[in-house]
Amino acid sequence: MSECIKVGMADLKVCISPDSVTTLGLGSCVGIAIRDPITKIGGLAHVMLPDSGAIRNNTNVYKFADTGIVELVNQMEKAGAKRNRMVAKIAGGAQMFSFQNKTDLVRVGDRNVEASKKTLKELGIPILAEDTGLNFGRTVIFYPETGDYVIRAVGKEERVI
Amino acid sequence: MDDLSLENMSTQYYDVLKEIGNIGAGNATTALAQMLQCKVDMKVPQVKLLDFGEVGALMGGEEQIMAGIYLCVEGDITGSIMFLLKKDAAKHLVAKLMGMELPGDDLDEIGTSALKEIGNIITGAYLNSLSTLTNLKIYPSVPDLTIDMAGAILSVPAIEFGTLGDKILLIQTQFTDDCELDGFFILVPDLESYGKILGALGIM
Repeated sequence: MSECIKVGMADLKVCISPDSVTTLGLGSCVGIAIRDPITKIGGLAHVMLPDSGAIRNNTNVYKFADTGIVELVNQMEKAGAKRNRMVAKIAGGAQMFSFQNKTDLVRVGDRNVEASKKTLKELGIPILAEDTGLNFGRTVIFYPETGDYVIRAVGKEERVI
Repeated sequence: MDDLSLENMSTQYYDVLKEIGNIGAGNATTALAQMLQCKVDMKVPQVKLLDFGEVGALMGGEEQIMAGIYLCVEGDITGSIMFLLKKDAAKHLVAKLMGMELPGDDLDEIGTSALKEIGNIITGAYLNSLSTLTNLKIYPSVPDLTIDMAGAILSVPAIEFGTLGDKILLIQTQFTDDCELDGFFILVPDLESYGKILGALGIM
């Protein structure tokens, strides 16, 4: 029996096919799904903020795009995945309200997406697909078996990237 | 003030927030009753300090469809405030305000606009009592409304709280007119603003 493992806000999980990982109701947060196609080991990180260096209270590495992705890759390597085979897909980073106050928090969704891309690039992990931005929430499910990243949104058709 | 965080908050501070929540929600209920021209009862609000993950569950799951009204606060304190209620409850309120049943599953343009106004009045009443209580100037911005999954809407205040710590402060209010409506207030003051609120109340 395959299991669908739930990832909370500011959290990450690693799994092996046939299991899958999911996170519900991504808003401005970003869900970064990484997979090693040979071992079929996959993982999903749900990050909230772009940069751990910009905030004093940064002990929770899962919360930030820069530290969260590195931690996800480390945990996947521990599980037996190889970095040079890893590929990524990203979703989320919406702007839920048409304005958001505080200049440094404006467009936090976009900044989360940018920071995720930057970190993945630094780690040498290519991004195969993305569904980011716009103004709606997303529920995502990632299947390490096929690499399918299923995206559901309210009032929209299910998408697979 | 630098080491102030939600995690190591004293019970006294907690009680103050609870009381502000109580008075604010009371005012909001009165405003709601006036607007709907009917009797609206309110239960004692609950102030909760929750982990990010627990908030969605409290509202009926991360995928629960909610209406979220969000506005910024400026003046002596800065930050933002959000008022959330379930989509059914939102529809019920709008139908009542407009004096007619709403066709279809979604709110139309007029319904959305009415809901924004409801949110404006409720959050306005809440902020008003906070302002009166603390003698601080608080100016709310024009509200914005979104209807989406609870998790997605909550990511906005969670991210703001996320810059301070790993928890979120939530005030849950239950209104009752002819059916029970769960409303949630989330007030996100900046770190300095917490100090100002407490200072104004003579706590610090």
